Amino acid sequence: MSAETEASSAGPPETDDGTEPRPPFMVMFGRYLTEANSVMVTVYSLLMAFVIGAILLIVSDDAVRGTWSYFFSRPTDALSASWDVVSSAYVSLFEGAVLNFNTLDRFAAGTADFGDILRPISETLTNATPLVLTGLAVGLAFRAGLFNIGAQGQLILGMLGALVIGFTIDAPAIVHLPLAVLAGAIAGAAFGAIPGLLKAQTGAHEVISSIMLNNIAALFLVWAISTEFLHSETRSELVTRPVNDSAVLPRLLGPLGAHLRVNAALLLAFAAAILVWWLLSRSTFGYRIRAVGFNEHASATAGMHIGRTYTTTMGVSGALAGLAGAALALGVGSGGVTTNTALEYGFDGITVALLGRANPGGIVAAALLFGALKAGALSAQPAVPVDISTLLQATIVLFIAAPALVKALLRLRTPRGGLVTLEAKGW
Amino acid sequence: MAVKPYKMALAGVAATGMIALTACGEAPDEDGGGDDTEASFHACMVTDSGGVDDKSFNESSWNGMVAAEEANPDIEVSYKESSNEADFDPNLLASVDDGCDFIVGVGGLMTENVTAIAEDNPDLAFASVDGVSDAPNAYSIEFDTAQSAFLAGYLAAAQTESGTVATWGGIQIPAVTIFMDGFADGIDHHNEAKDTDVKLLGWDVEKQEGSFLNSFEDTAGGKSLTETFISQGADIIMPVAGPAGTGAVTAAAETDDVAAIWVDVDGCESLAEYCSVLLTSVEKNLALSVKEAVLAAYDGTVGGEYIGTLENDGVSLAPYHEFEDAVSDETKEEIEELKAGIIDGSITVESPASPGA
Repeated sequence: MSAETEASSAGPPETDDGTEPRPPFMVMFGRYLTEANSVMVTVYSLLMAFVIGAILLIVSDDAVRGTWSYFFSRPTDALSASWDVVSSAYVSLFEGAVLNFNTLDRFAAGTADFGDILRPISETLTNATPLVLTGLAVGLAFRAGLFNIGAQGQLILGMLGALVIGFTIDAPAIVHLPLAVLAGAIAGAAFGAIPGLLKAQTGAHEVISSIMLNNIAALFLVWAISTEFLHSETRSELVTRPVNDSAVLPRLLGPLGAHLRVNAALLLAFAAAILVWWLLSRSTFGYRIRAVGFNEHASATAGMHIGRTYTTTMGVSGALAGLAGAALALGVGSGGVTTNTALEYGFDGITVALLGRANPGGIVAAALLFGALKAGALSAQPAVPVDISTLLQATIVLFIAAPALVKALLRLRTPRGGLVTLEAKGW
Repeated sequence: MAVKPYKMALAGVAATGMIALTACGEAPDEDGGGDDTEASFHACMVTDSGGVDDKSFNESSWNGMVAAEEANPDIEVSYKESSNEADFDPNLLASVDDGCDFIVGVGGLMTENVTAIAEDNPDLAFASVDGVSDAPNAYSIEFDTAQSAFLAGYLAAAQTESGTVATWGGIQIPAVTIFMDGFADGIDHHNEAKDTDVKLLGWDVEKQEGSFLNSFEDTAGGKSLTETFISQGADIIMPVAGPAGTGAVTAAAETDDVAAIWVDVDGCESLAEYCSVLLTSVEKNLALSVKEAVLAAYDGTVGGEYIGTLENDGVSLAPYHEFEDAVSDETKEEIEELKAGIIDGSITVESPASPGA
């Protein structure tokens, strides 16, 4: 790849006047492609992850491995078998996440309706919704130099807050739903502010305290579900009461089909992304967050209150994670919250924030990618092992987190500003 | 990070050599056959958490699917694995999208999801393994395991040296507590018939309360719970917790004179290395019932229910395997009598969780 660009840039620059020649667009573009800047590192990380995924798909398939054993007697077998397994795996991931060609055929034949075509997209968006919110939670804290590992715990508390308001109050949806969502955000914010406050007051490291608070939240959830107040009246297993209908987030595509699960929480997540963008780039509070993130000592000298910034940043971060919890608790289909409802969304938020480089737009894109991988993996089984999606996610993050590795593997040039690595300060 | 070119070349040669060494086999003859006839009936299974090779519930159900495929070449089967409850809906919906004619949801936890999706898709046939679905187009497969657990309870009471046995569950759902109810009743029956005073830890039938792990996967938690029971004097343990139950079996294997009773499938087959500490297993014949359900669905049966009992071999007590000599002939005979009694109705085993109760 680098050889190509060198060849193209070796051509004599065409200039009419004797001034400094501005290289043609293609050359500039070629240079950009071979440079280890943050965009290209992300692109190459994705590509390399898919290549590694392909190799593992080939190696893990018995039939294909068999064809490689006689590669030299008939290489076409091995090559075509490998190509088949890899392409069909990625095509079925795509079909499960974006557009299913089978459904399209059935739609053309009249056996499927329009809603069926939208289902893969709906699944992707459903999976992405909590990831956008937890990704924003972690990303915002990153910008203040804080590593909020506690998003999982804040999400759990947000889930419980939204749930309690969701089934105790009787009110019209227009009042009830915002109230329940708000309760989730407040519960998450309160729980998130604790590590910030501890850091501000005592210097306790937020990573340690938020990990501990995760465990507290998870065990609290198990206990809370088993209490008579929360426990389901009709089911004996560990599951809470469902929220009232007036607190259920409406499905966005409901009229097109009952199986389109994407709900209004998606809009909430996008709104939160815009809000975080505005907060970071346009508000005084955001300026303070970034200043503290760049250099806390300089900020303190400039008269900023560092401790207060830590606490409020962690509070807002917790509120975002709490919104993710509210989205889960008020989403339909579960019929109540179980110990498993929160899954690993809080921890996945860390990878989403890393992949999105703590930037709201990037976080939304990363969450959509991970949501798509999850949706694709579920629908592509059993031809493709479910774990391939987790593996791709992990590999992508591994490369993103280590730009020097990508640069060395692909012989990329160092960009002018040096390699960009996202890191939390004080760690 | 600059790698010297000659090193790269060396690595390349080495790698090529490796490939060449392993890639010199003979090519097989062109097209080894393989029946490419399209099956007209597609049966799909969605697993509970634990995966299709869990050596337990999911695997037995899948074996039934495969058996149906072998019994009727016009049936094609496939599965989708769930890693947690959140995967149930997407997997069931994806099965609908895949054009499955018959969709089997495995595990009591999935029953509500199966019911909801069955109601949305009245043209398709569904089945719920180990749960009662209200949807008219869903076939409910249930097991009256209280019957076979009753026999296990009687056996445990006859075999215990310490006079204390224990049971614990994964999650408190009817499909789990039914084992514990039957087990407790079996012990009570032995206490009355033989005037013994065998105590049961971990489950109170009257209050329907007991020890639960709140997980089917937490093997370490299962082990520590079992160790607690052993320290309280229990010498026979029955974990009702799917894969997490292996924790109890390892704890039993590490302690002298402690045995375990496995559930769902014959533990001596799924956990062969621990067969020496498995007194017996309380089996559900999942493979048979799932196979029958698929074949029935192929013939056009929609909805209905199947209840596995001792009578129809849907539930049973597994062979004693390595405890064959340790169990007295008298006890074996009594268990056969109890079994006959349950089948002819002279002994009733009741649990609030029993099918139809």
